[in-house]
Amino acid sequence: MSFSFTDEQTEFRHVLRRFMTDKSPTSEVRRLMETEEGFDEKVWRQLSQNLGLAGIHIPEDYGGQGFGFVELSIAVEEMGRALLCAPFFSSIVLAATAILNTADEAQKRALLPAIATGDVRATLAFTEDNGRWDNGGVAMEATAVGGSYQLNGVKSFVLDGHTAEQIVVLARRPGSSGDGGLSLFHVLGDADGLTRRRLKSMDDTRKLARLEFENVTAELLGAEGGAAVPMATTLDQAVTCLANEMVGGAEALREQALDYAQMRMQFGRTIASFQTMKHKSADMLIDVELAKSAAYYAASAADGHDGDGGENVSDLPAVASLAKASAGEAYMQTAIHAIQIHGGIGFTWDNDTQLWFKRAKSSEVFLGDAAYHRELMLQRWQD
Amino acid sequence: MTENIELTEANVRADVQAWLAANWDADLGLVEWRNILADSGWGMPAWPTEWFGKGYPSGFVSVVEEEFQRVGAIGVARAGIRMLAAATILEHGTQMHKEKFLRRILTGEDTWCQLFSEPGSGSDLAGATTRADLKDGTWIINGQKVWTTSAHHAQWALLLARTDWDVPKHKGLSYFILDMTQDAVEVQPLRQMNGHASFNQVFMTDAEIAPEFQVEGLGDGWKIATTTLMHERRGADGLRSWAMGTDRPERAYREEREELAHSMAPYKWYPQRMGRVDLVIERAKAMGKYDDPVVRQEIAKLLTLAKSAEWTARRARAAQVLGRNQGPEGSIGKLAASHVARLGNQVHTLISGAGAMLTGDDSALDGVIAEILVSTPAISIAGGTDEIQRNIISERVLGMPKEPRNDTDRPFRDVPRNTIG
Repeated sequence: MSFSFTDEQTEFRHVLRRFMTDKSPTSEVRRLMETEEGFDEKVWRQLSQNLGLAGIHIPEDYGGQGFGFVELSIAVEEMGRALLCAPFFSSIVLAATAILNTADEAQKRALLPAIATGDVRATLAFTEDNGRWDNGGVAMEATAVGGSYQLNGVKSFVLDGHTAEQIVVLARRPGSSGDGGLSLFHVLGDADGLTRRRLKSMDDTRKLARLEFENVTAELLGAEGGAAVPMATTLDQAVTCLANEMVGGAEALREQALDYAQMRMQFGRTIASFQTMKHKSADMLIDVELAKSAAYYAASAADGHDGDGGENVSDLPAVASLAKASAGEAYMQTAIHAIQIHGGIGFTWDNDTQLWFKRAKSSEVFLGDAAYHRELMLQRWQD
Repeated sequence: MTENIELTEANVRADVQAWLAANWDADLGLVEWRNILADSGWGMPAWPTEWFGKGYPSGFVSVVEEEFQRVGAIGVARAGIRMLAAATILEHGTQMHKEKFLRRILTGEDTWCQLFSEPGSGSDLAGATTRADLKDGTWIINGQKVWTTSAHHAQWALLLARTDWDVPKHKGLSYFILDMTQDAVEVQPLRQMNGHASFNQVFMTDAEIAPEFQVEGLGDGWKIATTTLMHERRGADGLRSWAMGTDRPERAYREEREELAHSMAPYKWYPQRMGRVDLVIERAKAMGKYDDPVVRQEIAKLLTLAKSAEWTARRARAAQVLGRNQGPEGSIGKLAASHVARLGNQVHTLISGAGAMLTGDDSALDGVIAEILVSTPAISIAGGTDEIQRNIISERVLGMPKEPRNDTDRPFRDVPRNTIG
């Protein structure tokens, strides 16, 4: 994007928005939140196959559509807007991207086509009980046994970890630390020695699981000990997508709060006519638009461009963190304002605002909060 | 010579190149050169052909400007609010106004100022109480104006004054051109909290205006002021190109340098009022605070805000270039700038520590940091307060209703107002 989307990208967004409006009304979101798996098989198939979304950023050589992170970001922005309950972020944004960045050619050809059609749902397991989002937080050990590896340890906060059919796991060579000795492995969801438990998540639109590995046989992806850099890249790309997902949700909330203020009568006038509401609404617009600009710029950087479509391969790490910090604060602040504007009804279970509020809260923390990303951003800043 | 040739960018570029090759001469006097420029139409290509222009669509202006820059040719005078005066006169002025004023605006011989704001009416500009009374065929002006740029060296002023107190506020205003050189006009510098005096107060005591210097009719003042303000806002959006000046020795450059030094001198603090985000990292390093995790968080917040604001402005510009309807991103730039400036002030204070209590050459960067700390409040007030900006955004972008008013449905005489002014 050159600080604006092409006509094709805008049309793509319109198609997705119609699909989400149709398939993910809040009645459906509420139904799926109550289920163990947290998504609808039929909608997942339509989304993956009819719309081709599951393969959107996977190259055509591996059965995908061959688009970039800008298109992927449009997709997750629309999903975030509608609170779509689907294993898209886990399987496509996290697992497929990790495989693309790490695996060797034969492995990509073997694994990606089934993910690109949605026939296989995968996830990426990297965080552990300590909740750290960086490579240094990984303690799980991978021991070479014959021509294979065995994993021992615990992964937690794994997105859709209880339902994924394949799991990409980050583990380290025994005795290594920090960025050294890290490798990514491929494990089947029903592997022997793997115990999976769904965690009770406050935001039930995002299912999380804790995975215990006891001598689980795993296939090494790519080079042994070489996962630190591709894993960091994967996270930068995923963080960029998450920021875009978040601004979609923030904008939906902002619009809902405005609609409510325009309708709600108190003291003989709509509350939208009070200057305090007008100023709050203007501030919400600014928060969301600034965060959108950062998220869009980061998506462009993830495709190796600057905002004008020129070459830019260097500043993704800094701008991905910038976009996440910006989106985290904007989404949460918008959610707080939105509840406030709704007043008492906004604090009830039956009012839909709380669904986005909880999504804002889980998104604020997932893949690192604003303070974490601000520090990361400054470490990566280039004047 | 171009009448029968298709108007394309290439043709315009070739035309202006040929004209500059034949006419541009850095050894001419500045006014002499600008007179040639005015007669040629190349100084204001988007103006009508009968008034010093070429009648070109505004899209070609940047093409012409590029060719001027390529050869180092000086353009027409642009500093101050002279271009607002010119745009207003072009749109609403009489034949006499255009003949008398436009050329001397372009040559830089006349400087203009704008007498709109008053001590008693800032955001509520239509509440002006400066009065114009017709006595023996002459308009007599009494009142006080404020925040007037360039008033101390202006020959002429755009004046908004009340001519009827018995109609609602917007309907009782008229628009005049005032001769600033008369004794009845007293100009005093207005000292700001940062010590600079970039603006003036103007006191008018029985100042006189001949009837032919009224612009349009009685009660048309608000409509015309809106034109002026629209051009001002457009300028604030960054389409106004400032002459930069060079240190080249030829006569025209020398005279342009003097002109710039004269007109820009009171505004040296302007970059500081934006918060100087560009200085933050080097200052933190110099003060040994770049490793402080608290300072780092605040710096990162500031950079995030400043970058997001910059990218938002570029989204707005991209939409404009593509001829698309601008989304909300086009309306928030001024408020975003206020946020950046405020946070920039906080971060510079955090970095400076005790040194933030000092000023002048006792303070960091020879006073620049101190100037930041006492100049950023200007950003959220000048050119429309943050509060007015929020009203505009909520009403025009978000479609929220106006608040009930009690000043537009009755004679201005009966509207409660400040006692000052």
